[in-house]
Amino acid sequence: MKVVTGLGVAAPNGLGVPEYWRAAQHGISGIRRITSFDPTPYPVALAGQVPGFDAAAQLPSRLLPQTDRMTQLSLVAAQEALADAALDPATLPRYSVGVVTASSAGGFEFGQRELQALWGQGSRHVSAYQSFAWFYAVNTGQISIRHGLRGPSGVLVSEQAGGLDAIGQACRQLRGDVQAMVTGGVDGALCPWGWTAQLSGGLLSTCDDPARAFLPFSASASGQVIGEGGAILVLEDAASAAARGVEPYGAVTGYAATFDGRRSGGNATGTGLRRAIEQALTSARLTPADIGLVLADGAGVADLDRAEAAAICAVFGPSQVPVSVPKTMTGRLLAGGAALDVATALLALRDRVIPPSINVDECAEGLGIDLVTGASQPLRKSSVLVLARGRGGFNAAVVVSRATEN
Amino acid sequence: MSAFTLDELADMLRSCAGEAEQLELDRTFEELGYDSLAVMEVASQIERRYGVSIAEDELAEAENPRLLIEAVNSSLATVGE
Repeated sequence: MKVVTGLGVAAPNGLGVPEYWRAAQHGISGIRRITSFDPTPYPVALAGQVPGFDAAAQLPSRLLPQTDRMTQLSLVAAQEALADAALDPATLPRYSVGVVTASSAGGFEFGQRELQALWGQGSRHVSAYQSFAWFYAVNTGQISIRHGLRGPSGVLVSEQAGGLDAIGQACRQLRGDVQAMVTGGVDGALCPWGWTAQLSGGLLSTCDDPARAFLPFSASASGQVIGEGGAILVLEDAASAAARGVEPYGAVTGYAATFDGRRSGGNATGTGLRRAIEQALTSARLTPADIGLVLADGAGVADLDRAEAAAICAVFGPSQVPVSVPKTMTGRLLAGGAALDVATALLALRDRVIPPSINVDECAEGLGIDLVTGASQPLRKSSVLVLARGRGGFNAAVVVSRATEN
Repeated sequence: MSAFTLDELADMLRSCAGEAEQLELDRTFEELGYDSLAVMEVASQIERRYGVSIAEDELAEAENPRLLIEAVNSSLATVGE
């Protein structure tokens, strides 16, 4: 069994696991007007921004010139996760810990800065660090270097499904001499270049009220709010965690990924998502009745919401399982969002509580979704299903379960 | 033209590659915690600020602050001529 022994979180409604989890249970939002740049000239001004992050206070000065904010946040989350797992890689065999993270666009903010240097001042002003700081794999690489993690490593790029796909890949790599994997994802590029790229996707809500802009499954859904952040997890074999005397949060018991090609209608059909749910349950050796909560992808776009609701209903039956979208408090964190949902699912299992979806008063008619709104509710079963979709047809599903009951 | 000094190198390293605990002339950059990209980055800043040019093989051989400072000063001497 593969268990999670450490969590690190950087979320718009809380930096660090304790702050995030307190906010998530109380329905506290981190969506607000962007302050990292002036959003006035743009049609969208809201985002989920991680509050109170001082990179210089939390990271060695050596790392600052070679990283952008996304990578800095990922390093802080990885540090929190390893400390939480009480895992000191220096005491382990050289190749026994690897890193697999998810990314949607790499170090976009770093890239913006250096493109500005290139076109504003000339090629001699471009930082030597641009050679790697823009990579998709930059967070994986920096986490690996900082903590001396030389085991199997890589990066998964499947847009917002990436947070789950990275965890799936980490599960595959956890075998043989590999004792632990650092996985998950922290993403985001709240800078003009990143913003322009996201605006061109056409899915962002232009509503300027933080309480009304992102309303997944609501009849008033008007699009998405995005943000920065995510979660890093330490995944470990249950026997290895037990030998170290570390109590896990829970186990990753199921995973599946499917793809809806453009010709078959992409994400809007929901058929691939349904298959991902079914296959993840099968791989977990569980039935729909074992699942106490679904953390939905929660697109906030009417046809995508309908497709997801149809997939959930097809597997569970209409309104047969509590569904929540904690992303309503953070916005969608690109490749980091689903990783944060997995962290949330593990905390929900530990404390037997379902964090609410905020701002959504009522689901659109006929969706058949039992959305947990308003306040948190008790979680009554021992497994949680997490769903994610990435633009272009990616679907992924992860099942996490209480470690003691599997 | 005045010579390039250890203090100036320390300032530039700090601004473009982060703090060293204590910069010593004869410890290698690697021992001081600066990787090859950090050295490239500081060399590029030195080139821009002082209008000098440090050849790549010269830079590769400048494995400690003393050798880098010597390389910069010999280039400055050429510029000054």
